[in-house]
Amino acid sequence: MKVSFEVNGNTVSVDVEPRLSLADCLRHVLRLTGTHVGCEHGVCGACTILVDGAAVRACLLLAVQAEGSRIVTIEGLSNDHELTPLQASFRRHHALQCGFCTPGMITTAHALLTEEPDADADRIRDVLSGNLCRCTGYISIIEAVLDARAAYKKPAP
Amino acid sequence: MKLPAFEYACPATLAEAVALLAGDGDAKVLAGGQSLVPMMAFRVASPSLLVDLRKLADLRRIEITAAGVTLGAMARWRDIEDDARLKTAHPLLKAAVAEVAHYQIRNRGTVGGSIAHADPAAEMPGIVVTCDAEIGVVGRAGPRNIRAADFFIAPLTTALAPDEIIVEIRLPAWPAGRRWAFKEFARRRGDFAMAGTALFYDVDSGGKARDAHVGAIGVGDVPQRLAAAEAEINGRAVDIAVSERAGVAASAAVTPQSDIHASAAYRKSLLGTLVERALQSACA
Repeated sequence: MKVSFEVNGNTVSVDVEPRLSLADCLRHVLRLTGTHVGCEHGVCGACTILVDGAAVRACLLLAVQAEGSRIVTIEGLSNDHELTPLQASFRRHHALQCGFCTPGMITTAHALLTEEPDADADRIRDVLSGNLCRCTGYISIIEAVLDARAAYKKPAP
Repeated sequence: MKLPAFEYACPATLAEAVALLAGDGDAKVLAGGQSLVPMMAFRVASPSLLVDLRKLADLRRIEITAAGVTLGAMARWRDIEDDARLKTAHPLLKAAVAEVAHYQIRNRGTVGGSIAHADPAAEMPGIVVTCDAEIGVVGRAGPRNIRAADFFIAPLTTALAPDEIIVEIRLPAWPAGRRWAFKEFARRRGDFAMAGTALFYDVDSGGKARDAHVGAIGVGDVPQRLAAAEAEINGRAVDIAVSERAGVAASAAVTPQSDIHASAAYRKSLLGTLVERALQSACA
């Protein structure tokens, strides 16, 4: 089936089987391998991407369902020049070890802080409870997200 | 863990969707896909055709009238969470939905999908049974209404015919002053509960409870009302002693199964404690 959607600002058209997950479409067809595939049944959160601004699990979406959507992947949350505030905070707090879960952590944290720049540690823990880190570095991840909040706050009018 | 092969259709009207289902006995409706897609990944389900309802925008509405709250089948958990009107229009629904799944799942999962999936530990089936909701469905033979009490038949099995689609869930109006609580216990918030209860009652002018509804999830094949616990509440002023007796009655009324998450005895005892705590918080 032919499907068109936007990925990180670019319109793409792909021809895929209905059974192809959006995660596999991003990785294997569009070669955006930053989105990691862990459990493939919606439990680990590694494949989290943003669809129309909302954090979702790309392994539980079919590529054909993405028709007309605006998708942002981990590649869309970084740039070639410098670390974003969230990336810099992860680095500062040693919030990644093997790094497998990191794309999902960053996309989820970005969605959360964009909507709730004042999220407290409990709220961040609650939201990130849907993302597994098998190095178990959760405490530094929570600290990194807490520390990145300032960058998401709108300047006072 | 890749999905089995299937055909995909994305109809623009409900009539088309029904016709597609009616034309293929192994077809399944795709709503949010947050339960169906994992089942397909495990090959527990391998439908020949998925009928995606995402173009049926009307199915995502949340309507609040004097008659109650109507949730379109495609309303997402996130939509309910974001709808401030529901705080007064149906606080029990709002509280239960706050416990449904994890952040990313909540952005896609739908109420209709949850009801159709019929997991015995899921919150939404528990809410519709506790609240005497009506489920509006449409099939080849036209529309019909199914009472929530008649809807759930066994784990993952409902009264829906293969060609029928859930259109909406109608929850009866919620009077001001109603006492209520929702309590569940899971090892990690967002996971399926090992047991849970949704309950409410009204209070008459003499301070006595009437019309008690006590629902339980995670402790049987289907969500259920517990008449024995309701009998302990009706006609009494709810206090610590009544809460305790209702908890004991609730625990005695259920026959849960043991599984990898909890033993039957634990679930039974847990439900009693949750009902007791829920009543204490409802009457406080």
